[in-house]
Amino acid sequence: MVKKAFKRVYIALILLFLYAPIAVMITLSFNASKSRASWGGFSMEWYAKLFNSPEIMNALQVTLTVAVVATIFATILGALGAIGIHAMRKGWASNMLMNLSHLSMTTPDIATGVSLMLMFVFMKVPLGMGTMIMAHIAFDTPYVLFAVLPKLSQMSPSTYEAALDLGCRPGKALTKVILPQIMPGIVTGALLSFTMSLDDFVVSYFTSNTDQTLSMIVYSAARRGIEPTIYALSTLMFLAVLVLLIIINKRTALEDVM
Amino acid sequence: MKRSSYAAPYGIWMVMFTIVPLLFVVYFAFTSKTGAFTFDNFEKFMKPMYLEALFLSLKLAFFCTVICFLIGYPAAKFLASKDFSKNKSFVILILIPMWMNFLLRTYAWVGILEDTGIVNTVLEFMGLPRIQMIGTEGAVLLGMVYNFLPFMILPIYTVLKKMDTRVIEAAEDLGANPIRVFWRVTLPLSMPGVVSGITMVFMPAATTFAISRLLGNGMFWLMGDLIDYQFREISMSSGQNFGSAMSLIMMVLIIVSVGFLRRFEDKGQKKEGTKW
Amino acid sequence: MVQDMRLIELKGISKSFDDGTEALSNIDLYIRKCEFITLLGPSGCGKTTMLRIIGGFEYATTGQLLFEGKDIAAVPPYRRRVNTVFQKYALFPHMNVFDNVAFGLTLKDANELVPESRPAKNVIDGWILKMKHKRALKKEIEKRVSRMLKLVKMSGYEKRSVDALSGGQQQRIAIARALINEPEVLLLDEPLGALDLKLRREMQLELKAMQQKLGITFIYVTHDQEEALTMSDTIVVMNSGRIQQIGDPKSIYDEPKNAFVADFIGESNIYDARMIRDYRVEFCGTEFECEDAGFGENNPVDVVIRPEDWVVGNAGEGMADGVVKSVIFKGVHYEMIIELDSGDKCKVHSTVMQAEGSRVSLSVIPFNIHIMKKMQQVPPAAKEA
Repeated sequence: MVKKAFKRVYIALILLFLYAPIAVMITLSFNASKSRASWGGFSMEWYAKLFNSPEIMNALQVTLTVAVVATIFATILGALGAIGIHAMRKGWASNMLMNLSHLSMTTPDIATGVSLMLMFVFMKVPLGMGTMIMAHIAFDTPYVLFAVLPKLSQMSPSTYEAALDLGCRPGKALTKVILPQIMPGIVTGALLSFTMSLDDFVVSYFTSNTDQTLSMIVYSAARRGIEPTIYALSTLMFLAVLVLLIIINKRTALEDVM
Repeated sequence: MKRSSYAAPYGIWMVMFTIVPLLFVVYFAFTSKTGAFTFDNFEKFMKPMYLEALFLSLKLAFFCTVICFLIGYPAAKFLASKDFSKNKSFVILILIPMWMNFLLRTYAWVGILEDTGIVNTVLEFMGLPRIQMIGTEGAVLLGMVYNFLPFMILPIYTVLKKMDTRVIEAAEDLGANPIRVFWRVTLPLSMPGVVSGITMVFMPAATTFAISRLLGNGMFWLMGDLIDYQFREISMSSGQNFGSAMSLIMMVLIIVSVGFLRRFEDKGQKKEGTKW
Repeated sequence: MVQDMRLIELKGISKSFDDGTEALSNIDLYIRKCEFITLLGPSGCGKTTMLRIIGGFEYATTGQLLFEGKDIAAVPPYRRRVNTVFQKYALFPHMNVFDNVAFGLTLKDANELVPESRPAKNVIDGWILKMKHKRALKKEIEKRVSRMLKLVKMSGYEKRSVDALSGGQQQRIAIARALINEPEVLLLDEPLGALDLKLRREMQLELKAMQQKLGITFIYVTHDQEEALTMSDTIVVMNSGRIQQIGDPKSIYDEPKNAFVADFIGESNIYDARMIRDYRVEFCGTEFECEDAGFGENNPVDVVIRPEDWVVGNAGEGMADGVVKSVIFKGVHYEMIIELDSGDKCKVHSTVMQAEGSRVSLSVIPFNIHIMKKMQQVPPAAKEA
């Protein structure tokens, strides 16, 4: 019993540590007073300010556009990639692709961002929304791949053969038998990729000069000093990621995908 | 068309946007502004100022990893134990901050630790003197631990959760006391999780920037900040060679240490549930 | 009944995999119309590979595969008039029972299932005809699926999810799904492997009855010799990629061609023996009279004696004496290991129990001594099995 209580207290302390700052931030976003030290009463002032700022509204639009476009491409590339890798016999080609995916996921964000920026600048591609989307596709796609691959290996390999056996052509067997079975993985991958894109700061920061995402706005504002509007923005972004994660977790055990 | 060819677009994209950019880093690291081959960028790095930043980055990342491990391993163990396994929501709660933008997480701390922030307000209210926390190494370290702790807990939890509990029962049956069971069975079997946890904490901690900028108040320069400075603060064309060299040094250090760690992982168990 | 027409013929089929292992070497086999043929052998003997070549999922490295006299090596699986019941069934988990069974029909040309009644008079009439045709098609598919489900005794399960079915039920659905396209040949890859013993026995009889009712060819792969003996018209015993013996169950059991077949089909005692001359063989330190001739004089041979063919008697009254080493009750009979004075061990089945350690004698009538040419090389695994 004592042991159990100790475990609970320990976990509770960790959760407290993890959530206290977030709670503080959310509370302060409703604080009428600009100071962190005093509570000036409940207010939606900062949220109103947020929605009236053209800069932030523009950033919201950029963030969503990048996330949606990158997710669509990443999902298609990643799902096809997973199907292809799964169909390969174990050999250098599948090894190379898997290592490439692992490499991409292990590269520190800053290195991903810097290296892509160097390439774009060298090729004289103007850094903006376009380059940002390409960069996002690059770091999103492996997540889709790794969400889809387990679904493929769980699938009985004979179901594809069974479809051929019953008169399906290979193309049709893919859409009628394989795709429906791996669809949960594809949807999870797409949601993951969307979350990653929304959440990204470092790669966007290095690959775009002109268009700013919400997290870039947060960064530049934070460097100027604390601003309650940013608390409001952070609160909303936190809620968006939270909702997405709950949806993903309803679909699959999140820790399996990571 | 063979089904394996479906992987072609993925492969091409990944080469174009992973390998090729990294080659650019290598290229710029070994060239001067005029494009001539040179080691100058690495020589420049040998100055105490830069080496100190590297040392500080590694030191903070090391302490951050150790602290995360010491706090995170028991947490993972408890979460994987019977008392918590029925209720998955605790795990999800630990997971959520992991997916939140690190800027937001760090930003939240600024408001707490600032000179006019919550902690100091509370201290003042209790009649105690204010403490300056922003701008100290401790604040940066706290920010890092806060940011990366879930990355340590999760992989260890995943491995412990999948571990066959009968192995532990077998060890107990053979006469091992709880401490021995832990050292001889549980810990070795959870090595793959520990290794991914360490990788997932050490790597971003060593390369982070902005955390030091926000919580360190610009008092400390970490490698991430130096790289960022070279590319973004001073003009691109003059900073890119030296910046590339530093990125390359950072990456090589990380690849070497990850490779070193992976050797422990193989000893523990077959590579399962670890993609990092 | 089995017809004489050769439906499928394998001529000199060999198969090597990329890694160099040879799964099949020089297989010659014909399969007749309406035959229930079983490919029997231990795992890794090539039987499943052979089935997959017939199904179109693997290609032979060399040799010809004829279907009604035509080479079908290049015909993809979806165009072969052959359907398969897969190992572990391979039901589509995202479809219910009805959709699984109807799958093959939905891929067929709609006009083949339900012919269009008449040409359309005008556009509107065309639409009406199309709708009517669609409805008729749906009805036809429902009719055929329910007929199939009735055949496999699964009527009423249409809307169930396949995951909710037991192993035996999944098995039935897999058979119904494969049969709905009315194949000429049904390939079954260890279909009963995942079922418990009682269910397996029931399904064996049912499958046999189904095959006779439908009048189509079944090619059945198993490693279970009892299954093979119960159901088949013809058994093909295989080992290490080669056919060891082809024959009807009785001849395979009674006249095994070599020690591998004898050992694999039923339990056997296999002895190193010496053919003294025609009708005279020596093994276990004793000379026996036998019914075989033509092995030459003083040549080494293998002798097989089934455990139930040894007759136990009082010591000194039989052909060879020995000591009872162990006795196990096997339900219907006792299984005893008797060590003869020569040192040879004999497995003996008898309904009368002998006390462990007691001295007894063994006899065998000449008809039950099976003499076989020595195998060139006996695979060690086979000998132990």
